[in-house]
Amino acid sequence: MTKTILCVDDSASMRQTIKLTLAVRGYRIIEAVDGLDGLGKAENTTVDLVITDLNMPRMGGLEFIDALRQMSEYKGVPILFVTTESDEALRARAKEAGATGWLTKPFAPEVLLKVTRRLLA
Amino acid sequence: MNILSGDPSDIFRQEADELFVQLETALLDLETAPGDKETIASAFRALHTIKGSGAMFGFEALAKFAHHVETVFDRVRNGDVLVTPALVGVTLEARDHMRRLIDAPGQVSAGSGDAILAHLDRVVSGQENPVCARAASPVERFIPSSPPPPSAKVSPASSGYRVRFTLPTNAFVLGTNPVTMIREMLEMGTGTVRCDASEVPGLDGLDPEQCYLRWELELFTGQSMEAIEDVFLFIRNETQLTIEPFSVAPVPALDLPLEPLRELPVVDSGSASSLPTSSPSPAASAQSGKPPPIESVIKVNSDRINGLMNQVGELVIVQSRLKQIAHSSTEELSVVSLRAVVEEMGRLVSELRETTKGIRMVPIGSLFSRFRRVVRDLSRELGKQVRLDTRGEETELDKTMVESLNDPLVHLIRNAMDHGIESSEARLAAGKSVEGTLLLTATHVGGQVLITVDDDGKGLNLERIRAKAEERGLLAPGAEISDGDLAQLIFHPGFSTAQAVTGISGRGVGMDVVKKSIDALRGSVEVFSQTGEGCRVVLRLPLTLAIIDGLLLKVGEERYIVPLSNVDAIVELADAMVEHSGGDGNHFLFIRDELVPFLHLRDLFAVVGEPPPHEKVVIVVVGKRRVGLVVDQILGDHQTVIKSLSRVHADVKSFSGATILGDGRVALILEIDHLIEFGQHREERLREALHPSGRRVGHEILVR
Repeated sequence: MTKTILCVDDSASMRQTIKLTLAVRGYRIIEAVDGLDGLGKAENTTVDLVITDLNMPRMGGLEFIDALRQMSEYKGVPILFVTTESDEALRARAKEAGATGWLTKPFAPEVLLKVTRRLLA
Repeated sequence: MNILSGDPSDIFRQEADELFVQLETALLDLETAPGDKETIASAFRALHTIKGSGAMFGFEALAKFAHHVETVFDRVRNGDVLVTPALVGVTLEARDHMRRLIDAPGQVSAGSGDAILAHLDRVVSGQENPVCARAASPVERFIPSSPPPPSAKVSPASSGYRVRFTLPTNAFVLGTNPVTMIREMLEMGTGTVRCDASEVPGLDGLDPEQCYLRWELELFTGQSMEAIEDVFLFIRNETQLTIEPFSVAPVPALDLPLEPLRELPVVDSGSASSLPTSSPSPAASAQSGKPPPIESVIKVNSDRINGLMNQVGELVIVQSRLKQIAHSSTEELSVVSLRAVVEEMGRLVSELRETTKGIRMVPIGSLFSRFRRVVRDLSRELGKQVRLDTRGEETELDKTMVESLNDPLVHLIRNAMDHGIESSEARLAAGKSVEGTLLLTATHVGGQVLITVDDDGKGLNLERIRAKAEERGLLAPGAEISDGDLAQLIFHPGFSTAQAVTGISGRGVGMDVVKKSIDALRGSVEVFSQTGEGCRVVLRLPLTLAIIDGLLLKVGEERYIVPLSNVDAIVELADAMVEHSGGDGNHFLFIRDELVPFLHLRDLFAVVGEPPPHEKVVIVVVGKRRVGLVVDQILGDHQTVIKSLSRVHADVKSFSGATILGDGRVALILEIDHLIEFGQHREERLREALHPSGRRVGHEILVR
């Protein structure tokens, strides 16, 4: 069955990169431009994996992850966040909010693919 | 354009454009409101994304540079560093540098970037208390190394590991799936798995969301211990994990023969070179010295796309109705139902046209915001204080039009600041405020967009314009001309009144360049000046370039289109009213107390044969100038899809393009500006011939 990935990032080029890497491998990608948009899309679709940026306008990644985890449908759904720094404190806060894992920018497509496979059975 | 096939680095360039605008806007806002948290956050976000995405797409130098600036702004955000004019200034410089790093990375010397960063550091350290000085983090630390390539330490022979792990109890809730992790480890080689479920409580105490299990793997693999540990990367701290190498030789007793080891792909740490694109890398394109062309992308409100989908849906329904009618037998065929379908189709097509037009529309504010920087930099260069006000930023205009307006508007702004607005001393002496004001406005008027550039400077120097015009032979010495008409002469090719060539606007190219570019957009430009009080330039532009509402005319056997927005009035040319005047049979109409020259298109286009008894006159207008066009017949309005003429016809001035009519014929679109000029020119010649003194012609024809 096709797995659906919700990709939340205010940067169109980041979304595009993620999409280009994963769509050719048969994943279905839904895009959202920030946390609020992401929440709206998450409510209307069954999502198997969420990949989100942290620093976004309107609703940032931490708040978004936290809100997702409050929804019963999103218990157990893996959530990845994308971060620039290897900032331990930020990482810890994101995990506290409920994130499953992270990707450190810049990442090679192979890394994204590997992590995606790791999280999606 | 197919979004999926788009090259991400092209999209990045596009996005970078927006980010640079966001950064610049924020910085300029900070000049007036240095403490605004939102604005600081916006600048920080822009820098952050430029850095992150830049690194993704191989713009290493950009990412490194942006990181440095971002670090400073992170401290600004935290209140460690204050926003000062010096900081804004150097950050604007940094922004320009980053822009160059994207546009022409090959031409940027490394030293220039370092100089800006050094300047930035000086600005920051200048306001620092040396005791609590925390230097900006070293640039070297920037790109965190990605996890080491798993295959980096592949031992030549397969070795055995015993892996025991207990996941945190909330692992399931947080989306960690032990099955995929185990699978990933097994894919490194071969092995066995054992699950320890002894901790699972009885049903009464069971929380189904909790993880009570432990696992133990015996793994034979060529991969390193680090590679195995890497599987637990995300939960390394929360997981109880032990990995012990086997001292015993691998037991091939596991009923499978050992297969050749599977290799994981070598992970290229961080470089974007392995992105699945075939575009030239930024470095390669830099050699050509030019930024690669960016595919034009428009952001469209999804409501508009939905509307479009609805209309297309309706169109499909109408089409099937049409098909049904076409296939019905002659007896059933009803003209009434056919007409109904045609009407419906007409409505849909015009709705579709509006929606599609809307898709190409962008608010002009994006263009206006670019000028803030132009004004800021220019006022420094000229030593004048100038404030830019803008109004009507939300006015929407065709995207291509917005882009083509940049250069003419920059030219007008430079002109106003250089020649219009006076120095502070002169302003004070004239009793004006020290700060000059430049006002940019945009409004919709009918099917047109009006853009005005106002300044409160000294206005045009009409005497100098007259002197120059006479010197250039544009005006007969001592000729009578209204101030308004005199002012328009600045748009005449080659006209430039600047006495000294400054680096800003007096570069030998005058306002005629502006006029030419506005003409190319099928718009018009006019200037209004009030000596001592200021100057206003008005640009009138059509909303879109592709489709216009036209008036379809017939002259002889040919059909012509006049843009409806240029049509002022249509009158009947009654036989009795025609009075030939002078040698070349030119006429004037008296309309709304004004003398309007008119042209017989039959004569102009050398149509043979007799004209019909009731000719019509279409009065067309551009700005304030009007001319009448005598035609055989008015056929009605026509939605005109403009097709440009081929290069063979590049010299044809009377027509701006062509369109294809419903019956497949071609109709030429009249170039109104040219016809008006032609008509007025003839009027002047005639006036001179009849009344060399310049008095008004007496051969007026009163209409109605």
